Amino acid sequence: MALINFLKPKNQLEEGGRTAALVQRDEGEPEKKCPNCHKDIPLSRLWANRLVCPCGYHFRMKARQRIKMLVDKDSFRELFAEMKAGNPLNFPGYKEKAENVRAASGEEEAVICGLAKIGRQKCCLFVMDPYFMMGSMGSAVGEKITSLFEYAIKHRLAVIGFTVSGGARMQEGLLSLMQMAKTSAAVKRHSDAGLLYLAVLTDPTTGGVTASFAMEADIILAEPGATVGFAGARVIEQTTRKSLPKGFQKSEFVLDHGFIDAIVVRTNQKKMLAEILKMHNGC
Amino acid sequence: MSLIPYNRVKLARDSERPTGLDYIRHIFKGFMEFHGDRRFADDHAVVGGIARLDGSPVTVIAIEKGHTAKERAYRNFGAAHPEGYRKALRLMKQAEKFGRPIVCFIDTSGAYCGIGAEERGQGQAIAENLMEMSTLCVPVISILIGEGGSGGALGLAVSDRVWMLQNAVYSVISPEGCASILWKDASKAEIAAARLKLTAEDAKSLGVIERILSEENIGKKEFYERIRTLLIEEIGELSNDLDLVGKRYERFRRIGADVVNKE
Repeated sequence: MALINFLKPKNQLEEGGRTAALVQRDEGEPEKKCPNCHKDIPLSRLWANRLVCPCGYHFRMKARQRIKMLVDKDSFRELFAEMKAGNPLNFPGYKEKAENVRAASGEEEAVICGLAKIGRQKCCLFVMDPYFMMGSMGSAVGEKITSLFEYAIKHRLAVIGFTVSGGARMQEGLLSLMQMAKTSAAVKRHSDAGLLYLAVLTDPTTGGVTASFAMEADIILAEPGATVGFAGARVIEQTTRKSLPKGFQKSEFVLDHGFIDAIVVRTNQKKMLAEILKMHNGC
Repeated sequence: MSLIPYNRVKLARDSERPTGLDYIRHIFKGFMEFHGDRRFADDHAVVGGIARLDGSPVTVIAIEKGHTAKERAYRNFGAAHPEGYRKALRLMKQAEKFGRPIVCFIDTSGAYCGIGAEERGQGQAIAENLMEMSTLCVPVISILIGEGGSGGALGLAVSDRVWMLQNAVYSVISPEGCASILWKDASKAEIAAARLKLTAEDAKSLGVIERILSEENIGKKEFYERIRTLLIEEIGELSNDLDLVGKRYERFRRIGADVVNKE
């Protein structure tokens, strides 16, 4: 039971209940409703299975939970935690919104960066957070990811990145758009230095993040059923007035079209990442 | 007289405005168009090829909207598919191989949102352009001549110099899109346009562009002549820069870095 205790959420916010309502029955343990199979699954069982339903549905995860599940025990050292967005355009309501999200999530920004060991292999790691403004990329996210790639170049390390994003953070206007170019240039330098970058696309990876560092990795993996695309499905429907094919923009669809290397279930990710890192000599 | 930002958006979208091909025909000599991405198709929304500027060969690429209804349909209203970005990159790599400077004219509401575009990797195509443009070892100048719509515009604008026409706009999202996300009401685009800081003056003060080009006598001979002179000067300077790629990296590296609180 030690693993379950280790993974058990501290509070309701941590288990990220927006995608699935927490069902507290009068007796017995708390359960979560799976939006795919519609069954109520005991939370302890979900946590033991890394938030994957027995039916195969992958629940969204907070970045910090993912890091805990992924890295060797006590190996994570956070970098650039002090970087967070200001309100450069004085966009009305942005400051308040960001502060509310910070208070509710306990995170400062939509990405967490750091050094980690996965299967005893040292690497740089970034993990985006769906519960922080849907992983939107503003100046701070761009700055953190760019800084991480620069750190990885300096120390000759591989970068592993888990993406989840609704796209650019529109409240930062052009400055957020430019983060696509900034991060891409850093990825290119890292690549030209002969270093490995591996991305794992999680639900949803869209917009400006898809059109920059998510699609620039040497090896691109994805979680099953994750939405991966550039334009939003609703926008496409409105623009083309066509109904979308079944499974459109799901990771299986993107795999079929040749844009990702493999789909990997969450429970197998650590093992696979460790092996890939080993095969690249940890750099 | 300065216009409210949404009127700039309307002006930038005006079908009477000179389009990419107008600039190419008036500024350069002997333009030869080269088609296709060598992978899937030829995207009519992106025009590219080689021409002469002041006697020297250059590669020119433009997102073309067209003027008439027929032209605009043919050009897909300047909304490029992945093939368009891949054609542009192919021509840029060709320019690099032969040491030619690159000039891009940008005018798009955004990369095309469609089923085929997604199936063929719209995100991947733009991402690859951003990455590859960052290390091209020839001078690259991009000019936003009308709409600079998000990633679809940036896909041709990871450049040493980015200039904007006085009434061009450059934005992370259309004002209508922003309004419908924030207020579920696209008719509030006027408010969104003001908040997004999408005018040439805004872009310059944010450090995103280097120069605003006057629209005095737009479409007339002297208008194109002014831009031609500026391009010749700037390419001359950039061609002598031994650290072009390093400076291009720094150009983008600093954007947004100073607005992040590093407590």
